[in-house]
Amino acid sequence: MITLGHFLTVGAILFAISVAGIFVNRKNIIVLLMAIELMLLAVNINFVGFSRHLGDPSGQVFVFFILTVAAAESAIGLAILVTLFRSRRSINVDDLDSMKG
Amino acid sequence: MSFELLAFYAFSAITVMSALAVVSVKNPVHAVLFLVLTFFSTACIWLLAEAEFLGIALVLVYVGAVMVLFLFVVMMLDIQTVPSRGRMSSYLPVAIIVAVVMAFEMLALFGVGKGQGTLPADPALAAGMGNTEWIGRTLFTDYLLPFELAAVILTVAIIAAIMLTLRHRSGVKHQDPSRQVQVRKEDRIRIVKMAAQTEEKQP
Repeated sequence: MITLGHFLTVGAILFAISVAGIFVNRKNIIVLLMAIELMLLAVNINFVGFSRHLGDPSGQVFVFFILTVAAAESAIGLAILVTLFRSRRSINVDDLDSMKG
Repeated sequence: MSFELLAFYAFSAITVMSALAVVSVKNPVHAVLFLVLTFFSTACIWLLAEAEFLGIALVLVYVGAVMVLFLFVVMMLDIQTVPSRGRMSSYLPVAIIVAVVMAFEMLALFGVGKGQGTLPADPALAAGMGNTEWIGRTLFTDYLLPFELAAVILTVAIIAAIMLTLRHRSGVKHQDPSRQVQVRKEDRIRIVKMAAQTEEKQP
């Protein structure tokens, strides 16, 4: 039977993959946004697993809120990306160093 | 090994493989499509955990809306670059080391499969209702204020996204609805009073 550990394992592996994705795809902002979505998904898997394990609906309600905030975040992120592409004609991270941070 | 466990392993394998593909393929369009596959198989995992509402919501909201938005943007930006793998490969070993160590640390913390036992019976069914009703009762009582705040966040996101991407081009003929509504009769037509003319007899 499925245990809590199964859900946590899948969540941990997904999280590690998305961290590696952020390291590897440092040039492409779109893939960075996708890696962030993957991280949120990993957290959501953990929430669902714990909610099921503890029999508490709060975990699933939290997943609901995380989905909402993630949707808002990706909408704004993509809007910034479109504006950026219009002004720079590029979404390469190396070209976006005008702030000299 | 029960059928449930087999299905869980299959869905998780698809999830992990497609997540790996998301971060490793070159073409962003392919990456978005693999992300769709990741979300879809995660929704299947959630259905296995009897979180039906969230599984369906993930497919409807994420695969249906957010991923289509991603696809729109990726195709609209028309990225014709195939970035050189030179810089990227220098990060690859570090990334793999960090990810593997992180995964091992987390798995060690969980102590996979030790002393957790199987999942209890579905708490929603035990309470005599479906999953959606079970979540809804909590959402609209204990979490009513956060629920309304989520609506505010979505409104702010809509306004921010529109304002960020709105642009006024000069030299384009367009209608101004506000001026159209405000127009008055006096601005458009001029009524001229003039005396009636009589036809003159020709000699």
